[in-house]
Amino acid sequence: MDEILSVFSVEAREQLEAMESGLMQLEKGDHDAETINAVFRAAHTIKGGAGVVEIHSVESFTHVLENVLDRLRNGEIAVSGEMISALLLGCDHIGALLDLVARGQLDVDPDLAAAGAAISDSLQPFLGERKPAAVKAVLAEAEADIEREDADAAVNDCWHISIRFGRDVLKNGMDPLAFLRYLLNLGEVAHMTTLIDALPDAEAMDPELCYLGFEISFRSHASKDAIERVFDFCRDDCDLHILPPNSKVEEYLGLIESLPEETMRLGEILVKSGALTREELDTGLRRQSEVKVGAEDTPTPTLGNILIQQNSVQPEIVEAAAAKQKTISEKKAAEASLIRIHADKLDQLIDLVGELVIAGASANLLARKSAEGTLVEATSVLTRLVESIRDSALALRMVQIGETFNRFHRVARDVSKELGKDIELVITGAETELDKSVVEKIGDPLMHLVRNAMDHGIEPPAARAAAGKPAKGRVELNAYHDSGSIVIQVVDDGGGLNKDRIQAKAIEKGIIQPGDTLSDQEVLNLIFEPGFSTVEKVTNLSGRGVGMDVVRKNITALRGMVHVETEPGAGSRFTIRLPLTLAIIDGFLTGVGKASYVIPLDMVIECIELAGTSGERDYINLRGEVLPFVRLRELFEVTGERPTRENVVVVQYAGQKAGIVVDQLLGEFQTVIKPLGTLFRNMRGIGGSTILGSGEVALILDVQALVSRSANTEEQLARAGHGVSLLTAH
Amino acid sequence: MGQLAQQTPATRGKPPLVAAALGGVDIQQYLTFQLTGEMYAVGILNVKEIIEYGSLTEIPMMPAFIRGVINLRGSVVPVIDLAARFGGRATETSRRTCIVIIELAHEDERHDIGIVVDAVSEVLEVSDADIEPAPAFGAKIRADFIAGMGKIGGKFVIILDIQKVLSVDEIANLAAIKAEDA
Repeated sequence: MDEILSVFSVEAREQLEAMESGLMQLEKGDHDAETINAVFRAAHTIKGGAGVVEIHSVESFTHVLENVLDRLRNGEIAVSGEMISALLLGCDHIGALLDLVARGQLDVDPDLAAAGAAISDSLQPFLGERKPAAVKAVLAEAEADIEREDADAAVNDCWHISIRFGRDVLKNGMDPLAFLRYLLNLGEVAHMTTLIDALPDAEAMDPELCYLGFEISFRSHASKDAIERVFDFCRDDCDLHILPPNSKVEEYLGLIESLPEETMRLGEILVKSGALTREELDTGLRRQSEVKVGAEDTPTPTLGNILIQQNSVQPEIVEAAAAKQKTISEKKAAEASLIRIHADKLDQLIDLVGELVIAGASANLLARKSAEGTLVEATSVLTRLVESIRDSALALRMVQIGETFNRFHRVARDVSKELGKDIELVITGAETELDKSVVEKIGDPLMHLVRNAMDHGIEPPAARAAAGKPAKGRVELNAYHDSGSIVIQVVDDGGGLNKDRIQAKAIEKGIIQPGDTLSDQEVLNLIFEPGFSTVEKVTNLSGRGVGMDVVRKNITALRGMVHVETEPGAGSRFTIRLPLTLAIIDGFLTGVGKASYVIPLDMVIECIELAGTSGERDYINLRGEVLPFVRLRELFEVTGERPTRENVVVVQYAGQKAGIVVDQLLGEFQTVIKPLGTLFRNMRGIGGSTILGSGEVALILDVQALVSRSANTEEQLARAGHGVSLLTAH
Repeated sequence: MGQLAQQTPATRGKPPLVAAALGGVDIQQYLTFQLTGEMYAVGILNVKEIIEYGSLTEIPMMPAFIRGVINLRGSVVPVIDLAARFGGRATETSRRTCIVIIELAHEDERHDIGIVVDAVSEVLEVSDADIEPAPAFGAKIRADFIAGMGKIGGKFVIILDIQKVLSVDEIANLAAIKAEDA
């Protein structure tokens, strides 16, 4: 896709999001002018952008929305539920059109066009009857790129450009005429005066020097930057002043003062070019000088104010112009502190940093082998730098989860409407950061969970009333960091999961056998089995039986896990745990036999020697606490002699402590995660692999899976289970 | 009728010629290698490279035919023991043991998988006409692993259907069963 198109579609999407959230706020009853303006501005920006990149489908459709919003802004119509719904549908339609743009398909297919027309029609009632003149004013307003309240306000809508070319322009190989011609690409020249005041007498004149200056009234939609850029090549050589359309008279006067020519003459030119009326100029000049004489220490009132006092300009216009200037400057500031980068470039950087970390580790290893003091020192400095680079590079990819969460406000609204339930969505921890690649992949699973909570979790209002609960259902989305992971919870205060029904359904679907004995947790986990869905009625939103198993699959693919708790009558809580990043982590390197294993450092609490345990019991006394442990040597069936000294790495995960028994402790290790690929996708207990300084591959332990696996195995042994092994392995 | 009956076997014996007349005879290149005394071949288009056997990291809780993973210039590549995959014993490594890196497509993604072989022989050109269908039994490996029997110098070489032999889905499922047993 064209670069300009891709920039447009990214920006339009941002505006669309802003528009949507503004509309949601309006619906919640927040009718203040700023919200309405924000929505209007967003629509206006999308339309403007679409016009620039010539996506007419988006431009014309957004125009309809904009008209409705304009009436809303002017107080001609009031906010109503139907209108917001229609506008939100409009937002969706713009989104669909943008999808087409993103796919590089510029023609709208008939279905989509029909959908768009239907939405436009549904908006017609809100457009009401407008006088043709007024409609024209709206159009003119959009085109002039300036928000004006009334078309007959006598303010000049041209840029004013004053340029005095330097003497040496011609000698430097530049032709003033070429600049003026180029300027015509941006708009039209409404009026131009050539100033020859600087031209000396014929004898004194050097034909190789340039003495010319121009005063130009220029009608254009271009930004000031764009106009300035026209003169980029001669910026150092000329004296350039650009005044935006509708500048205050004071600014014109300032310009007049700053230019070398005589004040009155320039005033005349401005009047002639239509930038100022004669009256405005005369009174303006007179009043300004009066005030100057009158009160030296009070700030000079702007000509804008003076003109307002004289009622020659309506206050709103000045306000609008001032507001416009303010938003422009704010936008500039925001642009300066942010840069847009293609995600691919960032991924490439992370990959390179990963390679750098591996190469650094191998250099470090060689240096230590050589036992040369200075070399070891140099590489250790390098290692520290690499570590900082790694942290900064990874930080670049960290984004707040709030953006993902905010999407669910809309979902909550739509679902509430559709199901006739009153549901409130409460978000906490929106500022929690995690890797962008994780954020992208967590959206869909979260969507399923939130929809399920609203559809199946929250009971219908009547049932809630009968159970003595508030009529308004509550769904919470929480996020927080916990020992190297991010935890996301979806909590509802609905009816909770019905274990008996889950079990009955699982038997019906043949997922379990009637005689199976399952623990409560195992029963709950059945909802993640493929093809499981307890609700008989298939609704639009969920209940197609593809939801929950996909949720678990996606989360496992991110090296995460999902856990469900429920309390009948009080609601359920889905907890997702995900690693913060999928790229590079701090690891703790351990050895068992000849192999090396990495344990994520965030989970390691301490290391102790395994002593004083005799025989079969797999637990130790950790300062009075019982600490169960897993022997990697046994679990991984490592052959060879057990060393005389074994160590226990104490790890913590989701509030649970456990020990992992290894042969050697090899210390901290920056671990670049290399996925093991689809061949090993069903593997539990190993989370991935990494490459050591020696070039060997080491495996990364999935602590959570290892521990729960051991727990399950023991439980199974205890129950001498029949036929449940299929479930416990997950 | 009699004519027809006579003609049919005659034409059946000639498909290579007919095919040749149509310009359809294809000569493919195959990499041949030794494995437990038997000669096998894989289409050269699937072969990415051949490397020396060494520095392999074992993966615990996996079926025996998954030998482990190696570091192939920064990416981690799984290595399959073909002899074990065919139901035999694990390959004993020797000085001539190699890992052949095979490139496969699975669900629109490219995968590299290494296979351990006793020794790599040579690249041979085999015309499609010289390839016989797989025998129903007797080859001692699963029939669906065999793409055909190539006739080379009067001897048969088993041409492997490498996509089946290294079926990502099947191996992943076998790995899952093994992991559950552990």
